[in-house]
Amino acid sequence: MEDTIVGIATALGKGAISIIRISGNNSLKIINKHFSKKITSKNDHTINYGFFQNEKEIIDEVLIMYMKGPKSYTAEDVIEINCHGGIACTNKILELILNAGARLAEPGEFTKRALLNGRINMLQAEAVMDMINSKTESARKMAVNQLSGKTSSLIRDLRKKILDILANIEVNIDYPEYEDAIIYTNQLLKVNINDITQEIKKILEQALNGKIIKEGLNVLILGKPNVGKSSILNHLLEEEKAIVTDIAGTTRDIVEGAINLKGVVLNFIDTAGIHQTDDIIEKKGIEKSFSYLKEAHLILYVLDNDMVVDEEDKKILEQAKEKEIIIVINKCDDVKKISLDSLKNYKIVEATTFQEKGLDSLKASIIEKFNLEKLEAEDLTYLSNARCINLLKQVETKIKDIEKAINKEVPIDIIEIDVKKIFDLLGEIIGESYTEELLDQLFSNFCLGK
Amino acid sequence: MEYELIVVGAGHAGCEAAFSSAKKGHKTLLITANIKNIANMPCNPSIGGPAKGTVVREIDALGGLMGKVADKGSIQFKMLNNKKGPAVRALRSQVDKITYPQIMLKYLKKEKKLQILEDMVENLIVENNKVLGVITDSGKEIFGKCVILTTGTYLKAEILVGNSKRRSGPNDERTSEHLSDNLKKLGFEIQRLKTGTPPRLDRATIDFTKTSIQHGDKDNYWFSYENDFQKNLEKQEPCFLAYTNKITHDIITENLDKSSMYGGFVSGIGPRYCPSIEDKVVKFSDKDRHQLFIEPESLYYDDMYLQGFSTSMPHEIQEKMIKSIEGLENVIIKKYAYAIEYDAINPMELKLSLETQKIENLFMAGQINGTSGYEEAAGQGLIAGINASLKLEGKQPLILKRNEAYIGVLIDDLVNKGTTEPYRLLTSRAEYRLLLRHDNADLRLTDYGFEIGLISKKRYNDFQAKKENIFNLTKELKNIKLKPSKENNNILKEMDSSIIDNTISLSDLLKRPEIKINDFQKFMLLSYDPFVLEQAEINIKYKGYIEKAEKEVVRMLKLEAQVIPEGIDYDTLINIASEARQKLKKIMPTSLGQASRISGVNPADIAILMVYLKRGELNGRKNINRRISKN
Repeated sequence: MEDTIVGIATALGKGAISIIRISGNNSLKIINKHFSKKITSKNDHTINYGFFQNEKEIIDEVLIMYMKGPKSYTAEDVIEINCHGGIACTNKILELILNAGARLAEPGEFTKRALLNGRINMLQAEAVMDMINSKTESARKMAVNQLSGKTSSLIRDLRKKILDILANIEVNIDYPEYEDAIIYTNQLLKVNINDITQEIKKILEQALNGKIIKEGLNVLILGKPNVGKSSILNHLLEEEKAIVTDIAGTTRDIVEGAINLKGVVLNFIDTAGIHQTDDIIEKKGIEKSFSYLKEAHLILYVLDNDMVVDEEDKKILEQAKEKEIIIVINKCDDVKKISLDSLKNYKIVEATTFQEKGLDSLKASIIEKFNLEKLEAEDLTYLSNARCINLLKQVETKIKDIEKAINKEVPIDIIEIDVKKIFDLLGEIIGESYTEELLDQLFSNFCLGK
Repeated sequence: MEYELIVVGAGHAGCEAAFSSAKKGHKTLLITANIKNIANMPCNPSIGGPAKGTVVREIDALGGLMGKVADKGSIQFKMLNNKKGPAVRALRSQVDKITYPQIMLKYLKKEKKLQILEDMVENLIVENNKVLGVITDSGKEIFGKCVILTTGTYLKAEILVGNSKRRSGPNDERTSEHLSDNLKKLGFEIQRLKTGTPPRLDRATIDFTKTSIQHGDKDNYWFSYENDFQKNLEKQEPCFLAYTNKITHDIITENLDKSSMYGGFVSGIGPRYCPSIEDKVVKFSDKDRHQLFIEPESLYYDDMYLQGFSTSMPHEIQEKMIKSIEGLENVIIKKYAYAIEYDAINPMELKLSLETQKIENLFMAGQINGTSGYEEAAGQGLIAGINASLKLEGKQPLILKRNEAYIGVLIDDLVNKGTTEPYRLLTSRAEYRLLLRHDNADLRLTDYGFEIGLISKKRYNDFQAKKENIFNLTKELKNIKLKPSKENNNILKEMDSSIIDNTISLSDLLKRPEIKINDFQKFMLLSYDPFVLEQAEINIKYKGYIEKAEKEVVRMLKLEAQVIPEGIDYDTLINIASEARQKLKKIMPTSLGQASRISGVNPADIAILMVYLKRGELNGRKNINRRISKN
């Protein structure tokens, strides 16, 4: 009757297994696209062992449960996939099912379908309601606790500042003859909005940490030819067990390998050595190296201990200045020869391709730079984090609207509408204001998990 | 003797209620403890201001009286926030306290269906949870199909000055001793509220040279949209600005223990919105001075109202405090300030129509519902009067939504959030301030007023013509295009605006901040009246923001449209948190939107309600009813 929906039924995180649920007419068709065995109506209400795969590539070892409608939770054809837990694997499978034609379930949609299909009678409905209720508190907490304490307190502080602005504007309006409140003007707002923009940037950075957990860090290894880029990479990959990566899009082809560092996937991208050249093919490779810069979270810039830091190095580093950079001095087997005076502002790691010590300090630097120890301790969920980032993006749009309006001399009490909206949006992130979206979010938290 | 409607109390709420019902043809009785005090203004001598001024215009657009009476009784007009955006501009009028009640009485006496009785109501006649009439203190029974209580601050009122406390209504009026106890017996929750009023000073003894004079606006403004009222005031009375000082503050600090409030003599909860001078000095101890406005009360007597100086200090301390103020050194105090405590009901026990949930056909409006302010009272009075009439006619009540009127915001807040201090309307209470402007109250509400029968056919025709003119002008501005000719650009330069390189419509040109619609006289014939010009200008200039607000409204209305069936038994929804259940049972919201605004009802509870309602739709009402009857 309706389209086929998919959702992750278990809490996303570090559980031993995850369950992904598909419901709708196309459930069978979709699973047969990716399962190593063919599931037919003969397999109704059975559990099937096999592999979830993309073309020939095995994604995970899974158990598939098929429940033909109407004898299922939603009274539609339902497939449940038991796969290994963890964010990377679960999200990869979800992504492939979405690509195969399913739609991400709306908040509470499985339960809604069960109700609408008349699957649940009154007693059962109450039982479900009980369960929903028991989950409500945790769902509410989830919405609030999804962010690190640091982010929440940043948002709380920011809201306080915005509230002060709002209060000032409101006093001016409701008590226009009251002298003690300063008259809040567009010029004042302009100054304060600037501060707010800075704060938002900070918060977005924090929020993006969640994205790192989901998608991993893209690490780009840069340097001139023959400084030992590949040997560092190989060493890293050799020591850690290389795992299947799940990064999407254009970078996929170029990832050499990935390791798991403190629960976060590091996707290594090796590049052609960069130097001045007339060779057309080599030039293409170098261009490509630079084009990867955009996608990278971290640059490992490799220098050879025996060489000097020259203009070319500085030029490359200049191009990458927006990114996090760690300078790796390779071949430090003997005495340190290279002069690093011009690189004072960078984090520098001395490595030798043959000793573990150097690699360990490199790993430690990465952990420190991205605060991975802390990330690991958090239980960020895919949906809530995406929601948070989406809200922050909306805040940024509003800020742009405000700046435009200030330039157009729109009266402050009208611009205030957008300032208030920012206050509400931020409140929504930390669960301190009510809107339908927040409601949907809460609904989704307890209903996707039933 | 039987009436269709009995209104108890003839303050600002009672007058609007009685007038609207009588005007609609219902035999109405208005009972007041003192006929001389009809539409009395016991506190400030002004009407309007931010949010409140918009309410007055809303009352006028619905066919109520306050706007017209204030226009006729006005001795000064001021458009506040004139330099800010159109959404927050607010009209305030200094009103003559003698003239206003006289004009109001004249209007009431014109209504043939309205009778006025001087008596004190002490009890209600109630049978099977339905009101049948009232009983006065002499034991007289008066029967009426509907009753509206608009008792103001007169329920068990007590005047507080220093440590003295005496049973009395405002200005030594009689107070109702038993009505609130009898309401309690009927199951109503009674709360004690407090408010206050500042001293009145003898005009002749004030040295105005030591104050700064505050004139009214040069332009004349009016509350009423009815043309007959737009007559210019010949002379406007000024107000005066004075300040407290260090000496005043010291006197207050030294004598704090003598103040009723600080001495612990008051049990009622005072309003944050009009704090006493003691409050201001204690809470803002870093301020060296506080503003005080000296306002005339009437052209017919010499009392001046000292706004900003509400206090409950003993008389001798008040004397010292006041005389420490520059300009008031030799002043004679005509009336001392006092605080007043009174009983009010919990407005969460009302329906949005202002009928009580417990007793059918019993309505309440004004300060008895926990509000403060003449305008808030009048707005509720009008709605209660209209809804009691509609009930008598067997029609659906008029419920104004939050996007339609400040009156809607007011009642929605009262019913869903309750109040523990006298509630004052503020513009910040409205989510859709830009839509609820004072300049478009007629456009928002005249249709309702006409449909209800309080707006005359002639006025409605004028209104339709205005709407059409706004539409035509807006179209015209879009259609008239300016070419980048030398001549046009010279005119633009004269207006301090930048020149144009391409053809531009007047409508687009109007979006420039420095361009006003009246500038267009150079480009077109502006034969429209100023109110039409104003509407077209606002609609064009703030189009983007208005559209944004309207989008938000659509979202709100979606939740609002999800109706919660009457008689839903929240005890059968075992999953709802117990605080939310209590609130839902008490308020009995009629829509999911309303439920979501109740404090203490969380999104998770709304989610459960939502699922429940979906189920109801699916299985039909039968299922729900069966469950309810089982309990």
